[in-house]
Amino acid sequence: MSGALLSIQDVAVELPTPRGNLRAVDRVNLTLEAGRTLGVVGESGCGKTMLSRAILQLLPKKARLSGRVMFAGQDLARLEPESLRKLRGRDLAVVFQDPMTSLNPVLTIGTQLMETIQEHLELDAAAAKKRSIELLTAVGIPAPEQRLTQYPHQCSGGMRQRIAIAIALSCEPKLLIADEPTTALDVTIQAQILDLLAREQRRRHMAMILITHDLGVVAGRADEVAVMYAGRVVERAPTPALFKRMHMPYTEALLAAIPKLETAPHTPLPAISGRPPDPTRPVPGCSFAPRCRYAAGRCHQAKPDLSAAETAGHFYACFHPIRMAEGIGA
Amino acid sequence: MMQVPAHTQSDGPLLKVDDLVVEYGLGNRTVHAVSGVSLEVARGETLGLVGESGCGKSTLGRAVLQLRRPKSGSVLFDGHDLTAMQGETLRKMRQRVQLIFQDPIASLNPRRRIGDIVAEPLIIAGVKDPEKRKQVVWEVLSAVGLDPELVVGRLPHEFSGGQCQRICIARALVLNPEFIVCDEPVSALDVSIRAQILNLLEEMKARFGLTLLFIAHDLAVVKAVSDRVAVMYLGRLCEVAPSEQLFAKPAHPYTALLLEAIPVPDPDVRPAESVATGEPPSPIAPPSGCRFRTRCPRADQRCSAEMPELREVVPGQLVACHHPLV
Ligand SMILES: Nc1ncnc2c1ncn2[C@@H]1O[C@H](COP(=O)(O)OP(=O)(O)OP(=O)(O)O)[C@@H](O)[C@H]1O
Ligand SMILES: Nc1ncnc2c1ncn2[C@@H]1O[C@H](COP(=O)(O)OP(=O)(O)O)[C@@H](O)[C@H]1O
Ligand code: SF4
Ligand code: SF4
Ligand SMILES: [Mg+2]
Ligand SMILES: [Mg+2]
Repeated sequence: MSGALLSIQDVAVELPTPRGNLRAVDRVNLTLEAGRTLGVVGESGCGKTMLSRAILQLLPKKARLSGRVMFAGQDLARLEPESLRKLRGRDLAVVFQDPMTSLNPVLTIGTQLMETIQEHLELDAAAAKKRSIELLTAVGIPAPEQRLTQYPHQCSGGMRQRIAIAIALSCEPKLLIADEPTTALDVTIQAQILDLLAREQRRRHMAMILITHDLGVVAGRADEVAVMYAGRVVERAPTPALFKRMHMPYTEALLAAIPKLETAPHTPLPAISGRPPDPTRPVPGCSFAPRCRYAAGRCHQAKPDLSAAETAGHFYACFHPIRMAEGIGA
Repeated sequence: MMQVPAHTQSDGPLLKVDDLVVEYGLGNRTVHAVSGVSLEVARGETLGLVGESGCGKSTLGRAVLQLRRPKSGSVLFDGHDLTAMQGETLRKMRQRVQLIFQDPIASLNPRRRIGDIVAEPLIIAGVKDPEKRKQVVWEVLSAVGLDPELVVGRLPHEFSGGQCQRICIARALVLNPEFIVCDEPVSALDVSIRAQILNLLEEMKARFGLTLLFIAHDLAVVKAVSDRVAVMYLGRLCEVAPSEQLFAKPAHPYTALLLEAIPVPDPDVRPAESVATGEPPSPIAPPSGCRFRTRCPRADQRCSAEMPELREVVPGQLVACHHPLV
């Protein structure tokens, strides 16, 4: 796609570990245009963060990256460290799952915000302070001026994440990778943050990769959804098509495991049993087979490839896709 | 306010918090983290506690355990006022009350083996016989679905978040407590593991006859495990009601707002833009009268002049609002 801001081609990430090679990301292909949101969904350890770090070129030192990460016409894997650093400051921003990853515990919130702003935008101290207060207000921090003089440990967990988001947005990025930005937040703030991100995105025509384990979060927010499992994209579709008909048993199970408001208290939840496979010990067949209630025959021997569904842009990797009657239905 | 005579044992609620106030000093200012909270938890009951980030849920939970001493108010546990206890007496009492934290990985000492981590409360409690300790540790580890043989010798970093939370739950169970404060036990876990841990907590509760204060910010998670739910806002309780009732007919405007903000896994349901209007005010200078009034669509003059007290509007449903929805 020529209009794509980001195009990921056959990206794989391997990490050497004492227990053998770990394939954290396995031949992933994705594209994203300016102003659009791609939701990446999957449970912990499935490679969502490694994929985003592959895009940002922030992989652990010993990691091996293959494939191409084309961003605004250039292959990020081939950029010089200095150009990359500049790009990451301004055009590519990230919000991590754990706000303390991006916050420095020994610096005040004001210092951290103003340093980032002054490093990338040519603003004097007074203007940077003004902008910091605006940003803190935008992410819903009460009494922003007082917060500037506080340290991260004086804020509750939710406030820390809002501050981290303010820092990420401060550079006016072209692409924002939000890695579970609202996982630790309560619903009203989650709604506000997602609204805020959507608003900023429209205003700047910013592209966004919204990483989450909650299908509920992407349902109303992403244009397209990619479901990951054990390093691979196992289902990918425009959001309405995905929710209209999930083909992958894993996608269905993920949706079923979310506690629903309609359900009576003390009803056992349909949890997905077990855990994803140990990524250093790949299973021969479909990675979901040990936990899949539809697994049969071929599932234990061969890996299903991504194949096209009837609807345009919808792909799934499963030998026994869910039929309408069993699935979510329309 | 509910009245139960103090110091009557066993018949009353297992936990009775009365007019609890907890504050933090911040420079020369005061953070009013918990401002006059009263609640009761009956034996065998799960009381859910929901509310926004920073509203004081963890502070309340920690003050119940006296990990943070309240400024005023009382915490009656099985009729004994924990706020009046010190040293050895308090330590003994605390064995009956445990805490499970939100961040399972951070709450485990990275340098200690799982077997030692889980056994630690036993050592502190003075269980000297290593054989006895081992037996209890193996029992609780099996109970939470871990294979003791495989886990006791390993370090926390070798486990996933979900497994670490199982270990934390095992550690909380090792002294056979009656009451557990679960402070966002599944917030850091993802959906599939979350469901496993919620199911596990329910099993443990039945098996060990536990009473729970279950703190979370996710209403659907709270509903899944709670008999009653208390909604907290900026240091005060807005509403307390049986789960089904609260979700079917919220009486407090804030509860209604929380319910509207829940993301629905359906792309046809467009998220209502900015249902959560305004910013939560600072607990350093909370609004006069009703603390929710700055965000409340029903607020009027009375709301800024007069603080609404928690009162029963429907049998079993307490609400602190001058203009409740029911
Ligand atoms: N050590 C501290 N010093 C000063 N203020 C504090 C301290 N700990 C907490 N606070 C403040 O007290 C208020 C209540 O915090 P608390 O951690 O109890 O909230 P919470 O409801 O558990 O929030 P979250 O959902 O984010 O965990 C917040 O305004 C917080 O910033
Ligand atoms: N620094 C690292 N060194 C080695 N392995 C790692 C490192 N970070 C993550 N991994 C492994 O890579 C896989 C993918 O992890 P990650 O991308 O963080 O998953 P997610 O973000 O979906 O939870 C997991 O098996 C994880 O244990
Ligand atoms: S390929 Fe088989 S095991 Fe894998 S998801 Fe489909 S049915 Fe389940
Ligand atoms: S007392 Fe007034 S401001 Fe407070 S919730 Fe009720 S109507 Fe709203
Ligand atoms: Mg991650
Ligand atoms: Mg808390």
